[in-house]
Amino acid sequence: MGGIRIQNLQVAIGDAEILRGLDLEITSGEWLNIVGPNGAGKTTLLRTILGALDYQGSIVLDGAPEHPSPRLARSIAYVPQVPVIPPGMLVTDYVLLGRTPHRGAFAADSPIDLAVTAEVLERLDLGLFMKREVRSLSGGERQRVVMARALAQETPILLLDEPTTALDLGHQQDMLQLIDELRHERGLTVVATLHDLTLAARFGDRLALIDTGRLVQVGTAREVLTIATIKTHFHADVRIIDDEGGPVVVPV
Amino acid sequence: MTAADEPEILTVSRLSGRQVTIGIAVLFAAVTAGLTVGPVDIAPHRVVLELLNGLPGIEIDSGLSEIHQGIVEKIRLPRVVLGVLVGATLSLSGAAYQGAFRNPLADPYLLGIAAGAGLGATIAITSDLGDGAGVFDPVPLAAFAGALVGVVASYMAGHIGGRSTASLVLAGVAVASFLTACQTYVLQANSDAFREVYAWILGRIATSGWSEPALMLPYFLVTVVVVLRYRRALDVLAVGDEEAAALGINPRRIRAIVVVAASLGAAAAVSVSGLIGFVGIIVPHTIRLAFGNSNRIVLPLSVLFGGAFMVMADLAARTLVEPAELPIGVVTAFLGAPFFVLVLRTSRREVW
Repeated sequence: MGGIRIQNLQVAIGDAEILRGLDLEITSGEWLNIVGPNGAGKTTLLRTILGALDYQGSIVLDGAPEHPSPRLARSIAYVPQVPVIPPGMLVTDYVLLGRTPHRGAFAADSPIDLAVTAEVLERLDLGLFMKREVRSLSGGERQRVVMARALAQETPILLLDEPTTALDLGHQQDMLQLIDELRHERGLTVVATLHDLTLAARFGDRLALIDTGRLVQVGTAREVLTIATIKTHFHADVRIIDDEGGPVVVPV
Repeated sequence: MTAADEPEILTVSRLSGRQVTIGIAVLFAAVTAGLTVGPVDIAPHRVVLELLNGLPGIEIDSGLSEIHQGIVEKIRLPRVVLGVLVGATLSLSGAAYQGAFRNPLADPYLLGIAAGAGLGATIAITSDLGDGAGVFDPVPLAAFAGALVGVVASYMAGHIGGRSTASLVLAGVAVASFLTACQTYVLQANSDAFREVYAWILGRIATSGWSEPALMLPYFLVTVVVVLRYRRALDVLAVGDEEAAALGINPRRIRAIVVVAASLGAAAAVSVSGLIGFVGIIVPHTIRLAFGNSNRIVLPLSVLFGGAFMVMADLAARTLVEPAELPIGVVTAFLGAPFFVLVLRTSRREVW
């Protein structure tokens, strides 16, 4: 459960070719960070795995042979970069939306749905916020609520599009720490896009660098984040400090 | 923490018995008022007894004379029932449109229904098709047909332009402008019909016996059954199409079904009562402000409060300037708008 094999993936949006023959293998239980310059196709890759875009090539999920399918929502949960927060919606109701793939669009919430929602709220320390409107929460709290909805889906795979964008440094660390704990507790496969190369190096198992719709390199942070690669693909001049937690990328 | 002992702690937005009770009580009060007030004074408690007497299996002597019974049952009751059906349908359709388009300003006339119905009615009135009564009255038939043409044209035009809700709404605007232009043209050529067309547009809840309520009832039922079935799906749709799809529902199909059902009801309402504005916006939003935003709450309560609101508006329309009647569209906006502003200002909830 949770492994993803992508072969020769091609995606075009309108006339623009975004992904041009991308191969990537993600093993079950792994945390893979996708890095690359703006416009490289990171978000498109996530949305294609999610089943939101038409593609050529193949995506195979362990235990879910057909892709995309309407039942994909039981295999993949998605946290978008900018989630739509409906006005007036309470935290509990929002997290409960994550149960939709299990109960269908029409059925009432089962005791299991309520129990899973309560458990997730508890786990993410959202007990105090249950009756608050999601819109009234701070950026960090809101991100935890969105994460809670994704966890309530109880999927083996979690796709995160820039999960730390709107957060300050402390909350960025908290969020990534939380993701790390959760994926170990629940055996999740995590695929995340991250802009911050140092954070991407510090959290997760491997990095995949993509550029102009192709995979450039996949491996450990030390293998992928070199001065030369960063110069070539990000057009940035950096120094790399080898810290014990992983390489630190410093602009010069 | 185990699965079994936790659910009680979790409060989920759902329709409560208290809310339904309030809704039914308000509707009952409005219906009683609608049956009681009029040129002939009839005591409210006798009307209530008479209503109970009408229920199957209950025999109560209301003490009303035969003439008063006739006034209540044959004249006032059909009109009140039509008011309930029209108000409930317009409110529910409005709430459904707002949910389906994720837009607080959406109302059931959004997709060319009003303009289409207006054109249909104008053609029927100006071309002097004769005065068939009830089911064969050409004006409501033409208005209904025009409303459906408006919706179908908007939907088709919207799909050509793309599939987003914005393109559908824009297509609706274009279709409405076109149909309104047609209506204006027809009306210019028949300026003697201006008064009659204008009166039709302003709307009225008028009945000749039970034929109008009977016409309205099937559409009301279809709209209620379909839209209420989709109340949870509309809550999922609130997070936008892409996230809703990622939660395993099909946003386009759900939107299409809800909009078609809501439009059918709105078209029928327009055909029997003209263009009664503002109801589809004011009632759902007042419910959101008072009871919460979930469609599980807003949609069912829109049926109850929408019906009550229309009966009260009609009551005002036929009593404020007795013996004349005000057009009901004037009343819904004239009383509705200030009331809504009051609710808006006093509520602490942010609903949109």
